[in-house]
Amino acid sequence: MNSTKEMRAVYVETLCQLAEADERIVLLEADLMRATGTQGFKKQFPNRTYNIGVAEANMVGIAAGLSATGKIPFANTFACFASRRAFDQFFISANYARLNVKLVGTDPGVTAALNGGTHMAFEDLGLMRTIPKLVVCEPSDPVSLSQLVKCCADHLGCTYLRMHRKSADTIYDESETFELGKGKTLQTGQDVALIAVGAVMVNEALKAAEILAAEGISAYVVDMHTIKPIDRDLVIHMAKVCGAVVTCENHQIVNGLGSAVAEVLVESLPTPMERVGVKEMFGEVGSVEYLKNRFGLTAEVICRHAKQVIKRKTEK
Amino acid sequence: MLDEKTIKELTSKATEIRVLTLDALGYLGVGHLGGCMSLVDVLTLLYYRHMKIDPKDTRKRDRDQLVVSKGHAGPTLYSILADKGYFPIEKLHTLNKGGTDLPSHCDRNLTPGIDMTTGSLGQGLSAAIGIALGNRLDGIQSTVFAIIGDGESNEGQVWEAAQAAAQFRLNHLVAFTDYNKLQLDGFMYEIMNIEDITAKWVSFGWFVQRVNGHDFGQMDLAIERTKAEPVRPSMIVLDTIKGKGVDFAENQVASHNMKMDYATALRTIAKIEDEMGVVNE
Repeated sequence: MNSTKEMRAVYVETLCQLAEADERIVLLEADLMRATGTQGFKKQFPNRTYNIGVAEANMVGIAAGLSATGKIPFANTFACFASRRAFDQFFISANYARLNVKLVGTDPGVTAALNGGTHMAFEDLGLMRTIPKLVVCEPSDPVSLSQLVKCCADHLGCTYLRMHRKSADTIYDESETFELGKGKTLQTGQDVALIAVGAVMVNEALKAAEILAAEGISAYVVDMHTIKPIDRDLVIHMAKVCGAVVTCENHQIVNGLGSAVAEVLVESLPTPMERVGVKEMFGEVGSVEYLKNRFGLTAEVICRHAKQVIKRKTEK
Repeated sequence: MLDEKTIKELTSKATEIRVLTLDALGYLGVGHLGGCMSLVDVLTLLYYRHMKIDPKDTRKRDRDQLVVSKGHAGPTLYSILADKGYFPIEKLHTLNKGGTDLPSHCDRNLTPGIDMTTGSLGQGLSAAIGIALGNRLDGIQSTVFAIIGDGESNEGQVWEAAQAAAQFRLNHLVAFTDYNKLQLDGFMYEIMNIEDITAKWVSFGWFVQRVNGHDFGQMDLAIERTKAEPVRPSMIVLDTIKGKGVDFAENQVASHNMKMDYATALRTIAKIEDEMGVVNE
């Protein structure tokens, strides 16, 4: 492990594998093929690749139509456009129409980096999570990406996959299998539960767990790759074991993972909880490292919240 | 060319559809009367002369498909589908009632015979393109028809789709614009002028024809001509009258979504049937 892979390369490799086995798989792009790196798919399946130009709304609508003929369309664009720009088309033409469109939003949150605030989606999970029956997931490493893309293809119904496009550390063994709606336990612990999503924050949560361990604090770390449907059983189990929860997301703390976890806990097992994520701010330009610090998306911030929430638990 | 007998049959069928639709809307007491009536004639021509469909096999893979992008014209479609045997005619009185299969806007999951869910204006032409592309992949030669509203054409997505259909050379896509010159808030030239509508579609790379949307002969000829088009998608601009055939609604701004009492609807139906009777004699 500890190797690094370009996520987009894994994505296109997986998509090609799927397309070889299933001729229903088609690909749609909105003039971002050179960014999403899907030219390889086009080379192999030219007749099943549609570049719709800079027109995300139209791309999602066309994907819906393709799906009505039985195709399984994967439609890619940056997460900001997939969610903000094409929301009504995805909502009505794809989801409300009960079709089978696989929307992929790349460059989530701070990973939009040098494209800056206009391209920085801190709200896409929140928007998507309000669509009935939609599956919403964000892989954290190359192995989970490949697995979850396959899960999305197999799922009968629309999915939104939030995809880290650039390189990411490998967290899982190649043999690991994934299921939509079932979080992955990365390590068990009993003092505080760290529930994280996505490549940026799962890695920060793992780092935080190491720092905390050095201080004698045992953290239970879960990769909650599917935020809808959320793994209620796992959330409740972690809250029972640890009695204190911190969520970690490269997203607004409103309506993303933190909200999803809070909704479970407040109804089933009220537990002291803190949310690490972006707080009432728009995106900005800068390097990923700069932006992680700017928005408080680091292991240090997670540790601070972990200690705070443990304190609240013991004060209770 | 349509012969006189066929034109007479289509006219008579269109009157039946008008009556059924007015009856359903009148029974409910409110609805999108104007835009439903402007489409009766073209939908009658499509369903009773052109579309290859099978009411017993509503999802037959190689059927012709129709996306009514101006989804609020659903009630006209429901009258036709009921008449064609997709569901019992009595169902038309359930229009817009809680739990109905016949909602105000077209829904592919609720209503047998509806090919695409529409209602959020601007989206249907994109879906029709997707269906046409899917057909092409599967080697299916069927025609995908789409109907967009003139007011709907204010939406930018219509023009995104217009570019894509030409780019993908979708010559099996035949779209119509229901050009009744009225949008919800008023006449189009006052709200958002669409002229020169034919020049716009021509410049987007479509094979464009403009005909009287209440003249079966002209419309039929236009549809026949699209079959010889080897490359371009087709746009047939239909000059129509909003509320066509219903005297209290024709050309009225208020006809977009209009209240009416059932007694008035029934009186108008009697009048329409009387007039038709005279024609048939």
